[in-house]
Amino acid sequence: MFGKPQHTSSGTLSNSFDRRSVLIGGLQTGLGVLLAARLGWIGLVQNAKYETLAESNRVNLTLVPPRRGAILDRNNTQLASNRIEFRIDIIPERLVDSDATVAELARLLAFTPVQLQDLEDKLDKAHGYQPIEVTSGLDPEQYDKVLVRLPDMPGVIAQQGFTRWYPTGPSVGHLIGYVGPASAKDYEAEHNPLLVTPGFKIGKDGLEKQFEQDLRGVPGAQRVEVTASGRFVRDLEKRDDVPGKPIKLTIDAALQDFAARRIGLESAAVVVIDCITGAILAVVSMPSFDPNTFAGGISRLQWKMLNEDDHIPLLNKALRGLYPPGSTMKPMASLALQSHGVEPDERINCPGGYQLGNRFFRCDAVHGAMDMRSAIEHSCNTYFWSMAHRVGYDAIAPVAKLLGLGQQFELPGSSQRYGTVPDAAWKMRRYKQEWSAADSLNASIGQGYVSVSPLQLAVMTARIASGRNLIPSLIFGQEKLAGPALPFTPEQFAVAHDGMFRVVNGSGTGVGSKLDLPGIQMAGKTGTAQVRALTARGTVGAWKTRDHALFVCYAPTDAPRYAMSVVVEHGTFGARAAAPIARDVMTFLFEPEKAMATLAALEQGWGGTPSERVAAKYSSYVNQYGTTAPKVSDDDTVDKAIGRAANTEAPTDKSAATSWPEEPSPAPEAAPSPEPSASPAPSAMPQ
Amino acid sequence: MSRRIVPEAISREPWHVLVPLLALNTFGSVVLYSAAGGHLQPWALLHELHFAVFLMMAFVISRFPRDFFKQVAFPVFGTLVVLLILVEVLGKVSGGSQRWLNLGFMQLQPSELMKPGIVLALAKFYDGLPPALTKSWRAFLPAGALVGVPALLVMAQPDLGTGLAITFGAAVVIFLAGLPLAWFIGIGAAVAVAVPVAFNLLLKPYQQARVAIFLDPESDPLGKGYHITQSKIAIGSGGFWGKGFGNGSQSHLEYLPEAHTDFAFATMAEEWGILGGLFVLAVFLWVLRWGMGVSRRAPDRFSSLLAAGMTFTIFFYMAINMMMVMGLAPVVGIPLPWISHGGSSMMTNMICIGTIMAVDRWSKHGRSLG
Repeated sequence: MFGKPQHTSSGTLSNSFDRRSVLIGGLQTGLGVLLAARLGWIGLVQNAKYETLAESNRVNLTLVPPRRGAILDRNNTQLASNRIEFRIDIIPERLVDSDATVAELARLLAFTPVQLQDLEDKLDKAHGYQPIEVTSGLDPEQYDKVLVRLPDMPGVIAQQGFTRWYPTGPSVGHLIGYVGPASAKDYEAEHNPLLVTPGFKIGKDGLEKQFEQDLRGVPGAQRVEVTASGRFVRDLEKRDDVPGKPIKLTIDAALQDFAARRIGLESAAVVVIDCITGAILAVVSMPSFDPNTFAGGISRLQWKMLNEDDHIPLLNKALRGLYPPGSTMKPMASLALQSHGVEPDERINCPGGYQLGNRFFRCDAVHGAMDMRSAIEHSCNTYFWSMAHRVGYDAIAPVAKLLGLGQQFELPGSSQRYGTVPDAAWKMRRYKQEWSAADSLNASIGQGYVSVSPLQLAVMTARIASGRNLIPSLIFGQEKLAGPALPFTPEQFAVAHDGMFRVVNGSGTGVGSKLDLPGIQMAGKTGTAQVRALTARGTVGAWKTRDHALFVCYAPTDAPRYAMSVVVEHGTFGARAAAPIARDVMTFLFEPEKAMATLAALEQGWGGTPSERVAAKYSSYVNQYGTTAPKVSDDDTVDKAIGRAANTEAPTDKSAATSWPEEPSPAPEAAPSPEPSASPAPSAMPQ
Repeated sequence: MSRRIVPEAISREPWHVLVPLLALNTFGSVVLYSAAGGHLQPWALLHELHFAVFLMMAFVISRFPRDFFKQVAFPVFGTLVVLLILVEVLGKVSGGSQRWLNLGFMQLQPSELMKPGIVLALAKFYDGLPPALTKSWRAFLPAGALVGVPALLVMAQPDLGTGLAITFGAAVVIFLAGLPLAWFIGIGAAVAVAVPVAFNLLLKPYQQARVAIFLDPESDPLGKGYHITQSKIAIGSGGFWGKGFGNGSQSHLEYLPEAHTDFAFATMAEEWGILGGLFVLAVFLWVLRWGMGVSRRAPDRFSSLLAAGMTFTIFFYMAINMMMVMGLAPVVGIPLPWISHGGSSMMTNMICIGTIMAVDRWSKHGRSLG
């Protein structure tokens, strides 16, 4: 050892290097051990945790919307079914560049400006993960175009799925309702991930809404391997969906569609009831919306089109339309009169009106001597005024209610309005006024305060025809038992039947609509209901001011099987507008080919089937308004507009009324009439 | 000196290190082959090619005499500093940060070359420094300048990882050169104080974010902490035996970012498990042990500092990368030698290997020449 400790030579440096390099080497080994330990910690101890995480990275569980239960008619024909189609959805929350993606989709799908605007509207209204339908029913070629671009468009989902399909479109719109994407409100009510699964639709109206839980089914699940960016790699495992339960209705699909189409350009309702079970065979309100076009959400132009139509397509006229029944009440009134001791054969002279105090109520014609049957046949108001005045209106109102007028029936789906069968207590409650003798006269011929729905008219007719207290039903196999027996004798019913038979087959107001079927005859009653108190008859002038045309009927007359009511809004005379529809619909029930031939000819003049006409009208709106239509308000408003639409009742000014014009007599050539027919004949009688 | 015994020249090469290294690199190629979805392109083949080319380069480097290394040490260092400045200037001109120069046939990353470059320069510096001055300021200040200039230039690029690699490589050479221990302790303390300051003043926001996320990766699992989280999932889900070749879902389904470069170790561990990880670690420790052994056996101060510095440079790569992928260090862009794909880092590491081989030759020659 030489030199001071602090003296540094190359020797001491070399020693120092050796010591320090051992330290560095040890450091390296130590870190190596640390890394190995860390590796063991992550890979062995925490292995299970990370395996789970890797698996949840890799596997994406998606719900497969269940196939919705079919809605079937009585013969198992599908009123609502599902069809496979290609669809594109957007999940707004996952969009990276919303504008660019929408623009690219619009380009790929060759969207028109209107379609683009509709898509943007839907995006505006979207909440979070609520999927938005871009389009459905794509052809495979367009679908493929989008498919290849998917990796560049996060948030866009292309899939093949089941879509609700209503084969007869508008014909069943009001009966069945429609489906659509679940709204934010739906999701709040039911926190079910299925509701925000692209392609899933919830019942929005009518039966679709009421039977949502039955129809929905159980979603399938699909485990797929996905990349970090969400790109599909492969299917891992699939659990099939359980389709929703089908619902079978008493409806006859073919009849329903025929009636809807036969209504043509009119605004009308048709209800057909089975006279044996009370089952509803058809309940039609036209014009209607096409539920197929609502499935992806309602567009601006659709909404504009539906709201601007004065035929009120959103109103279910069969259940929610209220109309004065007019003379269709007369068969019912004849039962009321008989049960209060009026002899059917007693004759009343009709001098062309009825004097009540210092007022003269005009009848349609100078009918001469009328008994009960001929008063129904010729719709003589004078007879019913005099008799009602004799027995008192209080004798008539309860019978009207007994036969179904003003009554509510338990039917699933659309809510009903049940109208009014007025009496003194009702008037006092409603108008704080005494019941007057004039009110009695008005009410006894189905005018004034009386308002009923087409469904009620059909029930009334079915009860008169069958003599039984039938309860209408809509679900097949759940027909309701008839209520307590009606307090009328077969003889009393026979008088009403005879009168109605003669309306169509005698010299009455409906002979123009006699059935052209061998061995099958129809009995009926026409009715014309005033829309407004007019000095002149409401047969000319603006459509909105014209009278409603009504017709109730049943067939065959010897063994009643079907009862029907037809109400044509502003159709002028029942015999002109309503009875021919009833005749053709009734014909369809017995000889469909013959009725279809009639319809085919008519539809040529109308511009096609209802679906075709709706589609044509929509494209004319597209051309006319383009993207200028105002935005559709929120879903609630739409639901309300469809579910609660009401026709504006225009109650006539009863107290001031001095004259209640009624049916004209049949055209002179229709049948040899024993009574003088002095009324102004309608310009054209339907054949 | 002479070439008379060619077979002996070949047999003298350190095959006990080169063969495991070849195995490690081939293992890397296998991992890259899987990461490319079972294709040689674009990484695996090139990876093997890089190795072959740079192994040749290492052999060439190992033939240069000690004096040549000493002669070129400062010129090489000076050139690299100039290149670093050039990169900085070009980056400013083209807008944005740029780390490489396009030489036409390859992209040269001067900061990579600076890692062995600084080791070479410091070895030369301490070789020339009289032993008596080792404990004076003259042993430290020039060395500090030699390190500081390139380190700051690289960090300004900004490339924190490479900047730290240069600094640590240099620190180890300085430490081994025998400077007083107290200085290191003092500097260590100063750094401990300065780090929070530097963190706030010197680091770019994205670098700050990386450090913050390293400290708490779960705080932002889908955002900036994504890398670490996904890497740990990949390694952890591999278990002991791994998921099997080609079965790594994390890498194949693109959950693991940078699966073929910085996070290649995670890609490997997912498919080969801990077993694969231990193999990689073992080869590294074997190579490092050889490197440190060479440096201890080296005939002189220059050679031993050079070999130790080069060894530590390789170690630094390995340590930081593996700590990063296992969640023990922040995400810094440092690849894992011989496993990660990338020509620049392969070149740097093979320069280190070649230099250690050269030192190995000098010590053998020295002894044989007696």
